[in-house]
Amino acid sequence: MERMSSVVRTITKVAFGPIFIFGAYIILHGHLTPGGGFQGGALIASVMALYFVAFGDERWKKKLMSTLESIGLLTFASAGFLGLTAGFFFFNFLAGSKIPFFNEQIPSMEGFVHPNWAPLFSAGTVSVMNIAVGLEVVVGITLVVVAMGLFSFAGKEGE
Amino acid sequence: MMDAYDTFINNAPALAVAIPLIFAFSTPLVSKLGDRVRNIFALLGVLIPSLIIFLLAFDVLSSGGMETRYYVFGSDSSTRFPLVGGHILRIAFAVDGMSVFMGLLISVVALSAVIYSMAYIRRYSGLDKYYSLLLLVFTANLGMVLTGDIFNLFVWFEISSVSLSALTAFKANRGESFEGAAKYLIYASVAGLFFLIAIGLLYGQYGHLNIKFLSSAIGGNEEMMMVDKIALGLLVTVFALKAGSVPMHMATPDAYGEAPAPITAMFVTASQASLYAIFRTGFTLYGSNLTVTGETLHILGYILVALGILSMFVGVTMALVQKDIKRLMAYHAISQTGYMLLGVGVGLAVLDTAQFAEYGRTAMTGGIFHIFNHALYKGLLFLTAGAIIYRTGTKDLNKMGGLGRDMKLTALFFIIGALAIAGIPPMNGFASKLLIYESVFKFNPIVGAIAMLVSLLTLASFVKVFYAVFMGPRRSEFKGGEVPASMLTGMAILGGVILVFSVFPSLVVTSLVDPAVNALTYIEGETTRSLTLFTGSGSWNTLVFLGAVMVAGIIGLLLFMMGNKGTVPKGEGRKPYLFGNPTEIEGRPIVVPASNVYWGFTTALSKYYKPTEKAHSALFNDYMFWFVATAALLISIFAFLEVLT
Amino acid sequence: MMYEVPFIVVILLMAVGLYIVLFKKNLIKIALGLSLLETGVNLFLIALAYRHGDRLSAPVFTSQILGGTDPTYSLPTPHALTLTSIVIGVATTALLLSFVMQLYKKWGITTTDEMRRLK
Repeated sequence: MERMSSVVRTITKVAFGPIFIFGAYIILHGHLTPGGGFQGGALIASVMALYFVAFGDERWKKKLMSTLESIGLLTFASAGFLGLTAGFFFFNFLAGSKIPFFNEQIPSMEGFVHPNWAPLFSAGTVSVMNIAVGLEVVVGITLVVVAMGLFSFAGKEGE
Repeated sequence: MMDAYDTFINNAPALAVAIPLIFAFSTPLVSKLGDRVRNIFALLGVLIPSLIIFLLAFDVLSSGGMETRYYVFGSDSSTRFPLVGGHILRIAFAVDGMSVFMGLLISVVALSAVIYSMAYIRRYSGLDKYYSLLLLVFTANLGMVLTGDIFNLFVWFEISSVSLSALTAFKANRGESFEGAAKYLIYASVAGLFFLIAIGLLYGQYGHLNIKFLSSAIGGNEEMMMVDKIALGLLVTVFALKAGSVPMHMATPDAYGEAPAPITAMFVTASQASLYAIFRTGFTLYGSNLTVTGETLHILGYILVALGILSMFVGVTMALVQKDIKRLMAYHAISQTGYMLLGVGVGLAVLDTAQFAEYGRTAMTGGIFHIFNHALYKGLLFLTAGAIIYRTGTKDLNKMGGLGRDMKLTALFFIIGALAIAGIPPMNGFASKLLIYESVFKFNPIVGAIAMLVSLLTLASFVKVFYAVFMGPRRSEFKGGEVPASMLTGMAILGGVILVFSVFPSLVVTSLVDPAVNALTYIEGETTRSLTLFTGSGSWNTLVFLGAVMVAGIIGLLLFMMGNKGTVPKGEGRKPYLFGNPTEIEGRPIVVPASNVYWGFTTALSKYYKPTEKAHSALFNDYMFWFVATAALLISIFAFLEVLT
Repeated sequence: MMYEVPFIVVILLMAVGLYIVLFKKNLIKIALGLSLLETGVNLFLIALAYRHGDRLSAPVFTSQILGGTDPTYSLPTPHALTLTSIVIGVATTALLLSFVMQLYKKWGITTTDEMRRLK
């Protein structure tokens, strides 16, 4: 796969940041607004695919991607597993706990202005899982898209 | 210490699924440490969950197995199902005698498959993904049998379909493997979508996804609603497709034949898990109140009997004409699935009537016992087929021959599997088939006769395979002797369990199968612990049979020793008798090609074979037609049969 | 009547999807048909979620909370189901397309008519 024209590359450079940040926003706000790991991950994956298509495949790090994919899946499974420390699988042991990680207390409902009103870092393992799923989806979909792209451009062995 | 063990057992259903999942996800990372580490890691990924399932089974069965244990994810299991405004928000696992029965079966086959893989698949690249997907299939199968939530069942169903079709395409140098994988994938995905429609219908009507709650909601109606009937028709069709029942079996031989041998063994467990899902649908989802659903369940029983007879007969007759060893065995898998559908179908057809105690329960016991036996011997046979392919490099029976001289152990395992699948005493297949024959004969003599005929044809077909693969003079092109030790170990595990099951069938029935039947039907049967298996009208004791065989053997030996030792056959008597169409192939002695062995039989039945082979067109659109037609037929039977009568 | 409209669309989508899978022979078209079928089923699940009536169920948002009068609400569970189904659908479609590409590469075929070597 060769790099594309400078128009495409410039547009990609411009669009990369905003789309990436929007995807990250969707992932992090998964417990508050519509969206979550998969939706945000798909957004970021689309911009990653755009990046590889525009700049060619020499920056394509397949081994790193595979490792990241495994790490994403493992984080998700471990978040479920660690619930066992409190006795049950998938127990949300972080939310409201003393571990300073996504454990912000949800204040009382008096400041209620919107149905999805809550602090961003209050969801405990839900956020961890959203991030893990996001990572997995980003890597997975990028792998699929770029592997298919590689195949159709050069006829190389696909994924 | 006791407390820790109790906590462990309470969490065992979730651990059994979560641990292989974690192993599956970390296999690609661990692979970087080397092949040997990865192999041991993958083995641990099957071994640890198998031990957990074993301990869980021991615990569940020691309390009878009828009581369902719930494991609720993410909350305290003791508060059971937290309801929010009448809606369950959590996924629950439900474990009873039937679940652990299936769990044990899946563990045994997966263990032998993963050990076998180590040598068998060594020559290929991409092994980290292979083991990862293998563990994923194992997890999905366990999840299917442990879950108590219908949507969760769908997720496991899809995970197993997708990973199995990806593994089918593992031998990426062949176009055929992609064809088989694509066919299986589209077929299973469309089935999965139909499954999702059924889930949507049930959820829309009752607002539950938990099988227990759905079941009591369905039983709480005055009479069965149309939605229930349509959902039942869809569910049965979908699971019958994945179990590989005729007429939706077409993709099964394609995928079984092309997948690597250990994966084909995993395919067998996946299809058994789908059978489990059919039985759960019939007995648990629709069985909570038989005054409401009894009539429909009897119809379902007759449908399962019909599907069973079709599968048995079409499967075995198509197997007779195959010349690809794995396709042949795949058609036998379809045919054997028919026995289980038949046995449990008879049980379902007479459920809640006087005949149930008379023969229905025996039929169910036979059908469910046959599930375990089938997974064992079919897994073993596929593994031996893999060993044969490993040595010869071909799947064509016509090109093999003479392997028995160098591969004596493989031949031995093949004989064990072939005798068991054909239902020859004293093998375990005979014990379960005896239960089916005797009870089905009381249900309908013709059906019982068909079941026995199919067994005969099965034997005939495996005689052909044995003849074509192991007999004949040694061939110079198949060098290398016996297969590597890890493959032999994989086969030995299954062969050993088959032998244990063969010698003590009644103990297996009382300790494993009866709790499973109790858990399905909610009716506790009488269990008598003895070495003799009672079938209602007869009995079977392997030890007595073996004793009789030994006595007969000694008498035969005495007679032989009394004879004249000097006699040597002369002239025509020395020539081997060859049936079929002997043909001369250059540079080889005259042999009968495997596809000619039953030439006379297939020619005589050409009126049956011509349309049947035409129906197996290998055209994917035809596959879809059969599936949609069967779904439509079953739904209309459930929906309109009572209106007409 | 308004509440039946989604179900009519569901039936249309599924009919088109089934028609393609049953009668079209191009493998890419079959993959598209599968996606259409899946969209139909997903829409069916989503359409099931919308309920009209008193707020009697799981943590759902209605306009009544904010002082509105519309009693329509949406159940969260079918949304979760649909999302899961979409994810599975993405995996299936990607895998199927890669099979189709490999078949094209190996044998140069694109239709089911030519995909009949396993017999």
